[in-house]
Amino acid sequence: MVGRRPWVARVAVIAVMFGLWEIAARFLVDPLFLSPPSIVIASLGDLFDTPGIPAALALTLFELAVAFALAVAIGLALGLVIGLQPLVRKSFFPIVLLLYGMPQITILPLFILAFGIGAASKIAFGVTHGVFPVIVTVVAGVQNVKPILLVSARSMGASRWQVFRHVIFPHMVPSFFAGMRLGMSGVLLGVLLAELYVSIAGIGYFTTLFTQSFEPTRLFGLVGLLAAMAIVLNAMVRRAEVEFAKWRT
Amino acid sequence: MAGQARRHNRMAWASRLIQAGFVIGLVLLWYIASTRWGVNRLLLPNPLAVYDNLLDILWSGEFIDDLATTLGELVAAFSIAVATGITLGYLISRSRAMMAVFEPLFAAVYAIPIILFLPLFVLFFGLGPASKIAIGATIGFFPIVINTIAGFGHVEPLYVTAARAMGASDYHLFRHVLAPAALPVILTGLRMGFTTALLSIIGSETLASLAGLGHHIVQLAEAMEMARMFAYIVFVIAIAATLNAVVSALEARGRRN
Repeated sequence: MVGRRPWVARVAVIAVMFGLWEIAARFLVDPLFLSPPSIVIASLGDLFDTPGIPAALALTLFELAVAFALAVAIGLALGLVIGLQPLVRKSFFPIVLLLYGMPQITILPLFILAFGIGAASKIAFGVTHGVFPVIVTVVAGVQNVKPILLVSARSMGASRWQVFRHVIFPHMVPSFFAGMRLGMSGVLLGVLLAELYVSIAGIGYFTTLFTQSFEPTRLFGLVGLLAAMAIVLNAMVRRAEVEFAKWRT
Repeated sequence: MAGQARRHNRMAWASRLIQAGFVIGLVLLWYIASTRWGVNRLLLPNPLAVYDNLLDILWSGEFIDDLATTLGELVAAFSIAVATGITLGYLISRSRAMMAVFEPLFAAVYAIPIILFLPLFVLFFGLGPASKIAIGATIGFFPIVINTIAGFGHVEPLYVTAARAMGASDYHLFRHVLAPAALPVILTGLRMGFTTALLSIIGSETLASLAGLGHHIVQLAEAMEMARMFAYIVFVIAIAATLNAVVSALEARGRRN
C-alpha cells in the first residue's frame, strides 16, 4: 500500500513530526523556548493583528520582488555580454565563477554601511546573491546554440538582431528559466540574511524582538509564514520553468 | 589544424592579459577613488592600509582564537551532518517505498533557506557555539542525506543480482558492489554539505554570536575600523576558499580510487 501511494505515507510522516513536536512542547520543554504547533497555528490570527507585522511581511515581499527583478535583468544583460563573444567569455567568465563561489556573507556589514539599514541594503544583498546563477546559466544557454544554426542564419542574410531574436533567444529560454529558479533561491537567501542581520521595519526586526522577549509562539508563527512564502515563490518559478521549456519536446 | 591551434593559443593569452588588466585596473581605480576622489573612508579605505592591516593580522596571530572557534564548530557540525546523513540515507535507500516517501520531503525542505530558522536555533541553544553547530549540522545534513539516498538507491540492479547469484553475503555486497557504486555521488554530497555548513556557520556568526570569524568582522564594522575589516574579510574569504579547494581536491581523489 505504501509503495503505491507514497504521498499518504508522506503526510503520515509530517503528521508524526508535528505530533512529536506537540508532545515535546507540552510535556518536555520549557514553554519559554518551544510552543506546541496547535497553539502556534491557533495564534496565527493574533500574529497578523500585531501592529507592524502585515507591513513587515509586505516590505519583505517588496524587497524580494525588486531584488529578483534586478537580479534577472542585470544577470541577463551581463550574461549576454559575456556569453556572446568568445574572447569576453574566456576573459570574464572565470572571474564570474570565482565571485559566485565567494562567501558573500562576509561582506554583509559593508552593504549595511553603504546602503543603510533600510530596504536598500536588503535589495542590494539579494541582488548580489541572485545575479550570479542567472549570469552563469545565461552564458551556458548562449553556448548551447549549435554553431551551424548561427552560420546558416547568417548565410541566409539574418541581421545580428534577427539572429539573436530567432536563433539564440529561443535556445536560451530553458536554461534562462533554470537560472531564474536558482536566482530566486539566491535572492531569498540574500534578502533574508540581510533582514536577520539588521532591520528596522522588516521581518528581521520582529524575529529579533520575539527572540529577545521569549515569545516562541509568535516567533514560530512568523518563521513558519516566511518558510511558506519561500516555498510558494520557489514553486512559482519552477512552474514557469516547466511551462516555458515545453516547446522543445 | 595548426592555424586553429595557434589561434586558440593566442586567444588564451589575450584572455589572460585582459583578466590581469581588469584586476589591476580595479585595484588602481580603488586606490585613486580612496586617495584622490575623496570617497568616504568609511566606505572605501585605502588599499595600502588594507594591505598593511592584512600583514599585521597574519603576523600578530590575533585571528587564531576566532579561527579555532569557527573550525571547532565546523568540525562538530560536519561530523553530526555526516553521521546522521549517511546513516539515515543508507537506511532509507534500502526500500523503494521509503525512498518514494522521504526523497521529496528532504528535497522540499532543502529548497527553503534554512537560515530563516536561525532565530529559533538561537532561542534554543543560545548565542554560543551550540547554535552554530546545530544550524551548520542541519544545513549540511540535507545535501548529504539526499546524495546518499541517490547513491545507494540507484545502483544498477543487475550488479546486485549478479553479485547475489555469485553468492555474495550482505557484507560482500555492501563492500564490493554498493559502496563503490554509491561513493562518487556520496562524495559530491559530502562536499556540498561541507561548503554549505561552512557558509552557514560563518553566516550565523555574523548574524548572532559571541565569537568566531564572522563575529570578528561585525565587531570591526561596528568599531568603524574599515581598513582592518577589509583585511579581515580578505583573510576569511581566503580561509573559506582554501578549505573548499581542499575538500574539492579530496573529492576528486576519492572519485579516482
